[in-house]
Amino acid sequence: MSVQDHSALASSRPDFAAIAAWIPNGASVLDLGCGDGSLLRYLQSISKVRGYGVEISDKNVLACIRNQVNVIQGNLESGLSGFESNSFDYVILSQTLQATHHTESLMQEMLRVGREGIVSFPNFGYWKNRLNIMQGKMPVSESLPYQWYDTPNVHLCTLQDFEIFCAEHKINILERRVMTGKIEIGLLPNLLGNTAVYRFKRAA
Amino acid sequence: MEATHSIGIVSAQRAQFNSPLACKSGGILPEYELVYETYGSLNRDKSNAVLVCHALSGHHHVAGYYADAPKNIGWWDNMIGPGKPLDTDRFFVIGLNNLGGCHGSTGPISINPETGKPYGAGFPFVTVEDWVESQARLADKLGITQFAAIIGGSLGGMQALQWSMAYPGRVRHVLAIASAPRLTAQNIAFNDVARNAILTDPDFHGGNYYAHGVVPARGLRLARMLGHITYLSNDVMADKFGRMLRSGKYIYSYDIEFEIESYLRYQGDKFATYFDANSYLLMTKALDYFDPAREFDDDLNKAFATARANFLIVSFSTDWRFAPERSRDIVKALLHNQLKVSYAEITSTHGHDSFLMRHAHYHDLIRTYFNNIASEFTA
Repeated sequence: MSVQDHSALASSRPDFAAIAAWIPNGASVLDLGCGDGSLLRYLQSISKVRGYGVEISDKNVLACIRNQVNVIQGNLESGLSGFESNSFDYVILSQTLQATHHTESLMQEMLRVGREGIVSFPNFGYWKNRLNIMQGKMPVSESLPYQWYDTPNVHLCTLQDFEIFCAEHKINILERRVMTGKIEIGLLPNLLGNTAVYRFKRAA
Repeated sequence: MEATHSIGIVSAQRAQFNSPLACKSGGILPEYELVYETYGSLNRDKSNAVLVCHALSGHHHVAGYYADAPKNIGWWDNMIGPGKPLDTDRFFVIGLNNLGGCHGSTGPISINPETGKPYGAGFPFVTVEDWVESQARLADKLGITQFAAIIGGSLGGMQALQWSMAYPGRVRHVLAIASAPRLTAQNIAFNDVARNAILTDPDFHGGNYYAHGVVPARGLRLARMLGHITYLSNDVMADKFGRMLRSGKYIYSYDIEFEIESYLRYQGDKFATYFDANSYLLMTKALDYFDPAREFDDDLNKAFATARANFLIVSFSTDWRFAPERSRDIVKALLHNQLKVSYAEITSTHGHDSFLMRHAHYHDLIRTYFNNIASEFTA
C-alpha cells in the first residue's frame, strides 16, 4: 500500500487512525465485520500485527483475499464460537456495533475472545442528528448515510448510552476518542462528535 | 470459450520407485510406480509447483485431454488450465494417481513381484500419510523441494492438510476444499455400507476376482449409487429429478420408474465398468482412517502444531457429507496455532459435488488466492 493509499484511507475513515494508534507492533487483532479488509490491511502496513477478519458477505470475503487479509467467513450474530477464549490481544468492531442485533452478547463475546475490545460507532447524540430529530425527521448525515427504510442500523446509541451500557455490563472503558471528520473533539463530545472510538476491557 | 482455455493435449508419465514404501498399516510395497501428468512449466528456481491431490475416485488426469481420446477431459479441467483459476501459464501443476488406485499407479490390479499375480486383496492398506510420503518421493524425483501450493477437495483436501503436518517446510500454501480433519461416524457408516455391497457380492471372491475372470460389478454399482446420493444435496436432487417419472405414469414395477432411479443406475453402471473394486475398498478405508488428531490425544490443535503453511479452507453450504462444521474445525485448529488462514463458505446447491462444479464466486476465490501466491514468486 502506498503512502497516498494510507492518507486516503485515514481521511475517509478517521476512526482507522485512532484505532491504529492503540495497537502496538506484534499484536494479534480480530476485526469483526471487517468489510473488504481495509482496516487490517492498514494495520498490517504500518505495524506488524497478526490480523484476521470476520465477514459474512461473499463479496467482502473475496475482497479481503484480494487485499491479502486473512478472513473467516461467518455470521457475528451467531457468536464467536469459532474463536478460543483470550486468543486475541484486540477484538475490533468498527462501525458495526449499531448494525448488530445481539449487541449485548456480542460485546461479551468480544471480551471473551480478546484481552481488550475496540469499537467505533456513529454518535447518535451528534448535534446534527439532534437537530434532524427536532425538525421531526430521522437523521441522515455523513456518519448515518441511510434513510429510515433502508438502514442496516438497528442499535444506534449516543456516547452517554454506550458508557452507561459499559458500566452496567462490568466493562471498563480504557480510552475514548471522539471526532468529527478528521477533527478531534474534546469539548462537549456527545454533542459535537459524530464518531466515537472506545477501547475497553472486562472489569476485574 | 472452454476449448480456448483448455491446456489441450496432455499425456501421462510414469515414475518408478525401487526403494520400499513402509505403509502405516504395516504392509510394505517393495517397489511401485506412480502415474502422473504435469501442466505448465517449472520456473527456474522451481518455486511455482502446485500439487493436485485427488479424491475417492479421481486420478492423475486432472486437466486437458488425450490426443487419442479427445472426449476424455481431466476431472478438474474447469479449474486448471491457461487463464483458469489455477493458471497453468504461471504454475507448474502436477496431478498423480495415488497408490492403491486403478488408473495406472501401483494398485490391487498390479502384479505383485513376489507372486507374479495381481495383488488383489493382498495389496497393503494405504493411508493418507502413505500417499503423502509417496507424493513427496515423486516431488524429489521432479526436483521440487517446496510446493507453492497443494490443493485438493474431499479426500484430496485431507492429503493437502497432511502435507502441512508431515512436511511443513515443503509447502507454502494449502487449499483444502470440502474436506474434513476426520470423518464422522455417519460418514464412516456410509463408507461401510458401500464396502459391504462389494464384499458381499458373490463375484468378489475375497478380493481375488481377477483370477476368476469376473468383477463384483453389482457391489460396485451399489457402492457408487449410495455414494452419489450422499454427494448431492436434497435440494439439487429435488430440483434436477423431483418425482419425475420416465413414462409419465406409475407402471408398478421394479424397473426404472423415477428419473432419479435412472440417473443412479446409470452412474452405478458406468462406474462399475472402469473402477476396480479393491481400489474402492482401499480408498474408502483411507478416508475412514484419516484422523491426524488421534495421535495427539484427539487434539487437532496439537496435530497442526508443526504446520507452517498458509491455508485457504473452503466449504459448501449444502455439503452434508463434508459439512462446513468440519471445515470450521480445521480453521479453529489453525487459528489456535496462529497460522495464516482464510475460510470461505460457498453458497451452493450441489452438495459435496460442489467442489468439482463451475461456480463463479468459488472460482473467483481460488483464482484470487492463486494470484496472491503467484505474486510471491513473480515479485
